[in-house]
Amino acid sequence: IPDEELVWTDEEQERIEERKAKYPDPKSAIMDLLWMAQEKYDYLPPEAIRLCADTLDMDYARAYGVATFYTQYYKEEKGKFVLDVCTCFSCQMMGGYDILHYLEEKLGIHKGETTDDGLFTVEEVECLGCCGSAPMMQVTNGPYVHNLTKDKVDALLDDL
Amino acid sequence: MELTNGATKAGDWRNYERVLLPPIRNLHKLEVYENEANGYNRLRDVLENDDWTPESVTNEVKASNLRGRGGAGFPTGLKWSFMPDPDDRPRYLACNADESEPGTFKDRQIMEYNPHLMFEGILIAGYAMQLDACYVYIRGEYADWIRHMEAQLQKAYDKGYVGDNIMGTDFSMDIVLHKGAGAYICGEETSLMESLEGKRGYPRYKPPFPAQKGLWASPTTINNVETLAHAPLIIENGGEWFANTGAEAHPGPILYGISGHVNRPGVYEYPTGMLITDLIDEVAQGVIDDKGIKAVVPGGCSVPPLRGDGIDGVTMDSESLQEAGSMLGTGGMLILDEDTDMVSYLRRVTHFYQHESCGQCTPCREGTGWLERIVTRIDEGEGNMRDLDLLLDLCDQMEGRTICAFADAAAWPVRNTVKRFREDFEAKCKPSVHPTGADLSAAGATAA
Ligand SMILES: NC(=O)C1=CN([C@@H]2O[C@H](COP(=O)(O)OP(=O)(O)OC[C@H]3O[C@@H](n4cnc5c(N)ncnc54)[C@H](O)[C@@H]3O)[C@@H](O)[C@H]2O)C=CC1
Ligand SMILES: Cc1cc2nc3c(=O)[nH]c(=O)nc-3n(C[C@H](O)[C@H](O)[C@H](O)COP(=O)(O)O)c2cc1C
Ligand code: SF4
Ligand code: FES
Repeated sequence: IPDEELVWTDEEQERIEERKAKYPDPKSAIMDLLWMAQEKYDYLPPEAIRLCADTLDMDYARAYGVATFYTQYYKEEKGKFVLDVCTCFSCQMMGGYDILHYLEEKLGIHKGETTDDGLFTVEEVECLGCCGSAPMMQVTNGPYVHNLTKDKVDALLDDL
Repeated sequence: MELTNGATKAGDWRNYERVLLPPIRNLHKLEVYENEANGYNRLRDVLENDDWTPESVTNEVKASNLRGRGGAGFPTGLKWSFMPDPDDRPRYLACNADESEPGTFKDRQIMEYNPHLMFEGILIAGYAMQLDACYVYIRGEYADWIRHMEAQLQKAYDKGYVGDNIMGTDFSMDIVLHKGAGAYICGEETSLMESLEGKRGYPRYKPPFPAQKGLWASPTTINNVETLAHAPLIIENGGEWFANTGAEAHPGPILYGISGHVNRPGVYEYPTGMLITDLIDEVAQGVIDDKGIKAVVPGGCSVPPLRGDGIDGVTMDSESLQEAGSMLGTGGMLILDEDTDMVSYLRRVTHFYQHESCGQCTPCREGTGWLERIVTRIDEGEGNMRDLDLLLDLCDQMEGRTICAFADAAAWPVRNTVKRFREDFEAKCKPSVHPTGADLSAAGATAA
């Protein structure tokens, strides 16, 4: 990321101040800032993590430690759409692996990989707290898609 | 209505009227909550009626015998009374909305359909413990619901229900929504506090318990979403009403999450003490294709699975489940049909724990890895009979030897799945090198 892009906009700055004020120790806002940086740059390269650390007057090492502890922070570039397929517990029983393998086959990639056109990344994730509509997945840390079937997967990929 | 005599503790559950998730359209909206669900009147009562002191609110919760719905079942009123008398430090509540236990998906229903009940419960707890603020720790995957709740929380602030001088009284309390970012361990209460403070989610040693030294070293109580949502209902209907609903030793309404091989999975509100068989056959409308039941995991992935042939008469409360050899946990129930291979089930469960261990304690970090490797080996037909004993041995070395209960939670399903479904494991293991009855001296001679 070029240096001139490594700054917060006024609007972002305002939100940062708002979040910092919510905690007795402003450093507690680091998770929020990392989320903001990820939204802004699509992932968290070291310079983005450094920006968050500097904003909060925090050691880079500590911010980096936080960024790497949590799975939803992307440490490397991913596809435009990240398909997080749940294969855990209930989803395993209801065919989560069939969905995962179908996606791998259809997109010609293995889990953890991104398609050449940069559109899709497929990942296997742990329980998403939606076991009643298993098998299911989450798209790029956002919407949930429930009761997956192969047809539904086809339709979803067309939609995206 | 027919009840098997004495077999259920849930009473007339078919005519049960829901209170946590009542069937009211658009209940998540503040106006609807106020007009149709007596919303924020319980808080008003507590704040304006002189009969309610912080002690009497806590005592009412004690009288209700409400036990924590986050999985450990600790008595809530007792926990509240652990908070020290106010001193010059701020005082906090952390509402545990991390909900990551596989098979558990109930708290999200409250956040989606009845978020103000949770807020009102938080404020009542805040009054009882004389708190300054509540941090709601919500798993990052629930991004859509966090946005939804932010909007509703703002409305409650605008109405003067949250913030400074609530309803014109001298009680003030803030509610802050905090978004996690994907880590199961952050549901453990001390890990949750570390994460809230902006650190890696490494659990802390207990004691000191959070009431002594919690968030930012101040007195803190941690409660689950559903636990807190019960508070307004207890104030409205009385502790006695709650104590008389469902199973005596673990009373009250509860959200059951039913998933797996059933016709109608979902979250259902009923009293505690429901027969497992009623929940499966009637509430969830039976097993898909009328198959038999191989196993039931009654309370999320960390509790021991029960054999399908051992669930008759077992009810969903701590006493009955303990007798049957399991636990109520989060009330997230997974049903596995007769065709399920318990080895591949356990393989996925051990993978989960291996993936989620925070890595601070050696028995947990190494142990979860070994459990996964050994179960995988067995699942792939490369295991030996003695691997089964090795698994049990590993469990011994993990249980009770770590900072937090995660390692126990990883060991319990292994120990009990291997013990209770041994035939599945033996069928996948290579035949023993020492078959019983064989001429061992002859075998020894060849080896020599
Ligand atoms: N809802 C979910 O998604 C999940 C729930 N769980 C459940 O969590 C349970 C384990 O939770 P823990 O918090 O480790 O259990 P715990 O038994 O250590 O603690 C339960 C609660 O009581 C309090 N407490 C216990 N003894 C105390 C004492 N002497 N003084 C003051 N306070 C005391 C603790 O601070 C805590 O709030 C498991 O049984 C599991 O079912 C586990 C994973 C996920
Ligand atoms: C590994 C682990 C994960 C946990 N995850 C959660 C969770 O996601 N939600 C929750 O409410 N409790 C969770 N707990 C239990 C909490 O530590 C704590 O007991 C609970 O939030 C207290 O609330 P309650 O007394 O209202 O149940 C977890 C415990 C462990 C050991
Ligand atoms: S038991 Fe496991 S999860 Fe808990 S602190 Fe130790 S290593 Fe971390
Ligand atoms: S197991 Fe897939 S959402 Fe819970």
